Amino acid sequence: MKKTGAEIFVDSLRQEGVKVVFGIPGGVVLKIFDVLHQQKDVEVILTRHEQGAAHMAEGYAKATGKPGVVLVTSGPGMTNIVTGLADAYMDSVPLVAFTGQVSTNLIGNDAFQEADNIGISRPCTKHNVLVKDVGELARTIKEAFYIATTGRPGPVLVDIPKDVSTDKAEFKYPEKVSLRGYNPTYEGNKYQIKQAAEEITKARRPIIYVGGGAIFSDAANEIRELAETAQVPVTMTLMGLGSFPGTHPLCVGMLGMHGVYWSNMAMHHADLLIAIGARFDDRVTGKLSEFCPEAKVVHVDIDPTSIRKNVEAHIPIVGDVKTVLKQLNVYLRSIDGNQSDLKELRRPWWKQIEEWKRTHPLRYEQGDKVTKPQFVIDRVFDMTHHEGIVVTDVGQHQMWAAQYYKGSKPRTFITSGGLGTMGFGLPAALGAQKAYPDKLVLCITSEGSFQMNLQELSTAAIYKLPVKIVLIHNNFHGMVRQWQDLFYEGRYASSYLGDVPDFVKLAEAYGILGLRASKPAEVEPVIREGLKHRGPVLMDFHVDPFENCYPMIPAGGAQHEMMLEDPPELRKVDRGGQAKKKDKDKVEEGEGVLPA
Amino acid sequence: MEHIISVQVENKAGVLARVAGLFSARGYNIESLSVAPTLDPTVSMITIVTQGDDRIIEQIIKQLNKVIEVLKVVDLTETNFLDRETALIKIHTRPEHRDEAIRIADIFRAKIVDSSPTTYTIEVTGDVDKVEALINLLKPLGIKEIVRTGRVAIAREAAKVPTRREAQAAKA
Ligand SMILES: Cc1cc2nc3c(=O)[nH]c(=O)nc-3n(C[C@H](O)[C@H](O)[C@H](O)COP(=O)(O)OP(=O)(O)OC[C@H]3O[C@@H](n4cnc5c(N)ncnc54)[C@H](O)[C@@H]3O)c2cc1C
Ligand SMILES: Cc1ncc(C[n+]2csc(CCOP(=O)(O)OP(=O)(O)O)c2C)c(N)n1
Ligand SMILES: [Mg+2]
Repeated sequence: MKKTGAEIFVDSLRQEGVKVVFGIPGGVVLKIFDVLHQQKDVEVILTRHEQGAAHMAEGYAKATGKPGVVLVTSGPGMTNIVTGLADAYMDSVPLVAFTGQVSTNLIGNDAFQEADNIGISRPCTKHNVLVKDVGELARTIKEAFYIATTGRPGPVLVDIPKDVSTDKAEFKYPEKVSLRGYNPTYEGNKYQIKQAAEEITKARRPIIYVGGGAIFSDAANEIRELAETAQVPVTMTLMGLGSFPGTHPLCVGMLGMHGVYWSNMAMHHADLLIAIGARFDDRVTGKLSEFCPEAKVVHVDIDPTSIRKNVEAHIPIVGDVKTVLKQLNVYLRSIDGNQSDLKELRRPWWKQIEEWKRTHPLRYEQGDKVTKPQFVIDRVFDMTHHEGIVVTDVGQHQMWAAQYYKGSKPRTFITSGGLGTMGFGLPAALGAQKAYPDKLVLCITSEGSFQMNLQELSTAAIYKLPVKIVLIHNNFHGMVRQWQDLFYEGRYASSYLGDVPDFVKLAEAYGILGLRASKPAEVEPVIREGLKHRGPVLMDFHVDPFENCYPMIPAGGAQHEMMLEDPPELRKVDRGGQAKKKDKDKVEEGEGVLPA
Repeated sequence: MEHIISVQVENKAGVLARVAGLFSARGYNIESLSVAPTLDPTVSMITIVTQGDDRIIEQIIKQLNKVIEVLKVVDLTETNFLDRETALIKIHTRPEHRDEAIRIADIFRAKIVDSSPTTYTIEVTGDVDKVEALINLLKPLGIKEIVRTGRVAIAREAAKVPTRREAQAAKA
């Protein structure tokens, strides 16, 4: 029996095991929504903005490892998901986005709500296809899911013209995919792996640098085994957080621009760098010419373009992290045999790292007048025992969340790293919550980012997604203000956000519990009450607007050249409770732009 | 250094845009580009002439390989290869220049494929040096218009001659 394209679409999703689709309808996809409406296997989450749908699908995918699915209409529906596609492309998130298109006979005619979906999305998708014939639909969908989820994951867009969703064809879902131009490498080269094993046993100052690839590859156990067998400290990128337990004695925390002092110092002094599913982003390397000057580099990555792109690899290994590490661990066990010898060999290295850690810990000074943002984040993690799924937005709060996060499970720290998309947090948290309705999902955000997608509070309320929103309310685009303080003589060009809206009232308007902590003593009670509440909560923490995030490698600086605290000219300001005084002074001096 | 890269791709809409977009998005330059179907009608061959140091060329090749519809990438500069280009050159011909134009064309085994009372159109095929040399000789006569195909290239079979890279290294 022949089926319509819309029915084929839904049957194909069923075949892929898709449980939920995020999207918004429109003219050319009405037929598809109509079919979805009449069945129960695939749930549709109606978002309030297509960007929200795309980030929700990302949150879902990042939390589960399964592809996130988006369905939107042509023209503006499609253009609204571009940020989500670009974000997913940068962070290697498996996403399948279905966009409606005008009927095939109208394509190219500037028809109503026509956009060149394929052209627009080409630079921000792993692959994209226009389906011209309903007979091709099932195969195209099968290929889209395959491409999105294999090799280096990424977003795939399938553009479906209106007539393709109404035309009919026999439905036969292909069993296998055969794409002659696509064949990702999973097995690493044995000889190279052996070489790596030898270098690891010889090194005196080795460090493992783990990135997002380890999480996509589900390789937490293998990393742990590698670290423990070879007695090597582990540092993680922002995207790698969760791949190695934050409380493990071999864990040295996050590296990079806002990474901890001791991990950046360890990178700088290492004699062997074992890079695992990490792409040597400039936020990590700092000044390339001074990056890891003494280290040999082993680089494991499934995508050959990541290898030798920014940094020379002495032992490049193209392959899947899990598969390669399994092999590597076998060699290591056969070569070494004795863990205590390795421990002995690296004792001075450990002592040095411990020393760096002891002398330059993360710190903040919490007085009793003004709440420090770090205090809120620290307390939230503590009171949730580092067990929730943490989703962040972009800015200072994101970096503090990363610094203080000590979770031990992959896929529990979800953030926008490569594109740094403000507005990612709330919808991504909702996507993660949709995937795990019973788990604690925290959305750590600040007013700048939050206001970029706050319309999704409706989605939270309607679908009863009980996310706990931790709003680090500093009245600024804090990260921008920090750069302005440090590099633009404190001229706050377009970074002050003022006091609107009243976020507690806002939450209430959506039927969501709103709580406020205006001073330090209120922080813990608010967290306690917020966590106890069964539905979604917005906790509005008023914090010191002038707190800066350290350590910081200034742009263009080398990894060991970290700023560790405010320079003297900023420190003159009394920070123990009179942070607001500073704006007044500045205004009086004619420097500031803050309203009195 | 200049590299000639041949890229076998699925003969489908949008593939050329992906390949060209990759070059523009990443700031790689394209000196010339030609596309045509191969013996297998489902496969097209794109020949790209580009410039870059070893690291850039390595990235270009890896990035090309990453495109789903790309089937095979060969940096011909790493092999022994033949490259050819065709140009059509329309020149002004004052009566006193017509013989000279024919003589020059003859030397290059180029053909006059069209003529009018005031112009000749000359077709030439050869490697870049030859095409450029001919253009230089014709310039004084007055070139009205030139179109060039861009280069196509193919590996030589079992040649013992050194590669261009080896030859350059030997010279240096
Ligand atoms: C405000 C801000 C500040 C930031 N500061 C920092 C900072 O201080 N420190 C920091 O680390 N980051 C920071 N970032 C994030 C940074 O921009 C990058 O996103 C991040 O460093 C990249 O992480 P990654 O190297 O783990 O790569 P990812 O983007 O996670 O890439 C994963 C890599 O693994 C590979 N891979 C994928 N799957 C597999 C597999 N199965 N097997 C093998 N390999 C695989 C991919 O090919 C890719 O090369 C910041 C971002 C923002 C917005
Ligand atoms: C969509 C988008 N626009 C602009 C930026 C540039 N940007 C980076 S951080 C930042 C400020 C973030 O402010 P907020 O969300 O309040 O976080 P805070 O730094 O105060 O914690 C801006 C504007 C961005 N990353 N994303
Ligand atoms: Mg803020």
